Amino acid sequence: MKIAVCVSHVPDTAAKINVGADEKSIDKNGVSFIINPYDEYAVEEALKTKEALGGEVVVISLGGDEVKETIRKALAMGADSGVHLKKEGYFDSYATAKALAEELKAQNAEMVFFGKQSIDFDSGVVGQMVAEMLGYNSVSVVVDLKIEGNNIRAEREIEGGKEVVETTLPAVITAQKGLNEPRYASLRGIMQAKKKTIEEKEAQTGDSRVELLKMRKPAPKAPGKILGSDASVVPELVRLLKEEAKVI
Amino acid sequence: MANKILVFVEQRNNEIKKSSLETVKAGAEFAKELNAEVEAVVVGGDIADFNSIAKYGVPKVTHIKNQDLNVYTSSGYAQVLSDFANETGADLLLFANSAMGRDLSPRVAVKVDAGIVADCVGFTFENGEVIATHPVYAGKALTDVKINSPKKIFTIRPNTFNLGDAADATAEVSVKEVDNVNTSVKVVDITRASDKLDVAEASIIVSGGRGMGGPENYAMLEELAGLLGGAVGASRAAVDAGWRPHSDQVGQTGKTVSPNLYIACGISGAIQHMAGMRTSKYIVAINKDPEAPIFTIADYGITGDLFEVVPALIEEIKKG
Repeated sequence: MKIAVCVSHVPDTAAKINVGADEKSIDKNGVSFIINPYDEYAVEEALKTKEALGGEVVVISLGGDEVKETIRKALAMGADSGVHLKKEGYFDSYATAKALAEELKAQNAEMVFFGKQSIDFDSGVVGQMVAEMLGYNSVSVVVDLKIEGNNIRAEREIEGGKEVVETTLPAVITAQKGLNEPRYASLRGIMQAKKKTIEEKEAQTGDSRVELLKMRKPAPKAPGKILGSDASVVPELVRLLKEEAKVI
Repeated sequence: MANKILVFVEQRNNEIKKSSLETVKAGAEFAKELNAEVEAVVVGGDIADFNSIAKYGVPKVTHIKNQDLNVYTSSGYAQVLSDFANETGADLLLFANSAMGRDLSPRVAVKVDAGIVADCVGFTFENGEVIATHPVYAGKALTDVKINSPKKIFTIRPNTFNLGDAADATAEVSVKEVDNVNTSVKVVDITRASDKLDVAEASIIVSGGRGMGGPENYAMLEELAGLLGGAVGASRAAVDAGWRPHSDQVGQTGKTVSPNLYIACGISGAIQHMAGMRTSKYIVAINKDPEAPIFTIADYGITGDLFEVVPALIEEIKKG
């Protein structure tokens, strides 16, 4: 079975984010980048699927040359080959989905994995859009997955619980934390990854429908009141919450 | 520009969700600002009373019915919603950014050929155009965006629109029966962690971090949250330690939340945590360490021992 996993290259969760001079992107100075944390679950699930059912795993990423680092990371974990869809600058969810769908169609991938969202633009919609563009089934925010023959049984997280979803291949699955425990790349894996091919192509995104007008930092909060250092100020806190904030 | 706004109203177990009523309220506001028509659509279920939708500003409601739609099916819901949007000529669709809204709206976007912005936390209107605010990097930055395609979809983060008071109004409901629902993706079972309120939807969150010391101490946070009608959240440190499930995690690799009140207990305030909750309307921090970064964004702080302060808070609230 041809299995594809789509990954993105994002700033580390511990990174401080500053807005760049263009007011449309971040200042990348001093920011370290990682594979999107949810995509690690996606890569792991793709590898487990291959181990169980056979086939090959291709890893696909869209962006500038820097995304190759993240493709290598997935190759070091055990993916077989990589595709870099090259495009610089801003593109929206629709354009991202379109470029990925074009490539997945060319790859004829039957099973496609994504992280549930990338932690840079935090939209969480690309996987489902790709599925719709390809006419595939999809289940998002998945924490448990079983594939038997053509049948898929997935558990997805919802508010205060889980839904058990049944569907069939071909399908797109977006991975949530809890789906599995991503493996570490072994030294041998890292060495082998250097020899694996990353095919480079121009990304066929088409036009973005969403226009980014401005990126900005949230307004700083005015410093609050320190009410005191022990439980004696609790009645005052409750009074403020009732009378000033009016939230309880 | 928009001429017709369609609000998707989510039902689960035949109940209309609060986050959807907030979206209804948003729809009414959009209609006023854009001088557009607005209507609401409910898919599936057996709903006793649609008037809550009218009471928050959208009297015109269509209920799309088929027995295969009573439980969520992303393929079926996307199909009937897209068909309905095309029939009514809707050019602006609103969804709550709930688990269902985020699963469904992107599929609808492709079917109706719309641009989409998910997880909006605010809107402004300029010359008949909608400018949406969408947080990025878990809220470490914000983007102001607009959609240039003729059709537009926005999903709205819960608690962005406060419901406020309901007006006295009656819904005009039309029932639309549909055939041949595509159930290629189908929910066959739902497991609930009791009737637990989810942190993403709660208007009050009591959250605990490493300072809680262990999973057993969350009982007092549960009690406090119960008294306030809120939910219990956790920091990544507490989740990674195995004290709380990941579904409770607030922050960049958990849930980003905007409740009316966030009470942070024993949470120091890592960047990735504060990014996920800084848009809360009021923040209370209880932490022994007066240097903890959480105090820089707290409205009210107590630099004391949470094991004394939280029980005292519970007693004070019980007094009423």
